[in-house]
Amino acid sequence: MDPQPDPPVRRVDRYGIPAIGLHWGMAVLVVGGWFVGRWMTDLPFSPLKLKVYSWHKWNGVLVFALLFVRLVVRWLQPPPASEPMPRWQTRLAQAAHILLYLLLALVPLSGWLYSSAAGFTTVWFGVWPLPDLVPKDAALKVLFRSFHGGFTYVLGVLVALHVLAAFKHHVFDRDRVLARMVPGLKPRQSR
Amino acid sequence: MLIQPDPLRKIRAFVGAFAGGLILLCTTLPTNAAPIDSARSRVVATFRQMNVPIEGNFKRISGDVVFDAAHPQDAKAVLEVDLASFDLGPGTEDYAQEVRHKDWFDTARFPRATFTLSGARALGPDRFEARGKLALKGRVVDLVATIARQVDAGAQKFEGQVPIRRLAFGIGEGEWRDPSVVADEVIVRFQLLVPSSSAAGSHNANPSGSVSSGRK
Repeated sequence: MDPQPDPPVRRVDRYGIPAIGLHWGMAVLVVGGWFVGRWMTDLPFSPLKLKVYSWHKWNGVLVFALLFVRLVVRWLQPPPASEPMPRWQTRLAQAAHILLYLLLALVPLSGWLYSSAAGFTTVWFGVWPLPDLVPKDAALKVLFRSFHGGFTYVLGVLVALHVLAAFKHHVFDRDRVLARMVPGLKPRQSR
Repeated sequence: MLIQPDPLRKIRAFVGAFAGGLILLCTTLPTNAAPIDSARSRVVATFRQMNVPIEGNFKRISGDVVFDAAHPQDAKAVLEVDLASFDLGPGTEDYAQEVRHKDWFDTARFPRATFTLSGARALGPDRFEARGKLALKGRVVDLVATIARQVDAGAQKFEGQVPIRRLAFGIGEGEWRDPSVVADEVIVRFQLLVPSSSAAGSHNANPSGSVSSGRK
């Protein structure tokens, strides 16, 4: 008889180290990419502008690639069960996190489509040319540029809410929500 | 910042114009020179910025070709390219404007680039190696191009490409000299359609407004 395979390891009280590493690593890349993306469009045409545009795209492709790694890690080492809180908050958090994952895919993807439609192949780290998802087309370029801008904006709002919610849980609810994602952080003790 | 007139630049402009004129004088084409069909010919330049290939074509080109496959060594060609007509496609106005700037083509002072080819040798059936010169932005550089030739309904079609080192011509000066941002090598590809002289009874009026073979 084949014994049942062991279920994936599940930390009961906090996220595993790979998940934590990916979370904060990608947070830096995403927030950095977000601000650079907003700033770079106003740069005067110069070698710096070309460099920054390229770095921004390399960053986006990296985030997109890491997203898949993150999904695999989440499958192998599922997150801990939700902390005790009113059920509407649990639902809201789940919805927000699903939306965040979705946007982490849609933002880079729309950027890739935008770049393809603009006729600029993305060459990852200057060595690996990515396939152009669509042919060079003026109308598609305008369309995907607005998608990229729109998704970026929604992601910005969602990340801001995500950060505020984490602080709310840690400072006001004094629960383990933030502590689960920060090694060494303990929930604030109630008096 | 005070902008100083650069005397070296003026000297170079004069030398360039003189050299260009000299080349044109030396390559007086024989009377059987056939003009290219500008509307059906193309000159495309591909450059790489941050290793991303960017392609643009010169919309206004003109030229004349003398070519007899039986005597390739007597081949001659002059191809003139209007540099301000460089077009990278819709939505690239900032690139197009930059390219006309004095750090790049400096089209205000050097509106044209002139390729002159003189003498070809056969490399194989309908493949030739042609040697020539490119006069661009006041400088003249020797070139070698590999050309494939096709005959179609009496007209000759010449296709080839030649790598150009932009820094040798001072194209992309100042902050743009860095070859890691815009690569030094630019590949120029051309497709020239030369109707046979019997078909081209008179100089065709060209709707694209190309520079006429009678040089200004």
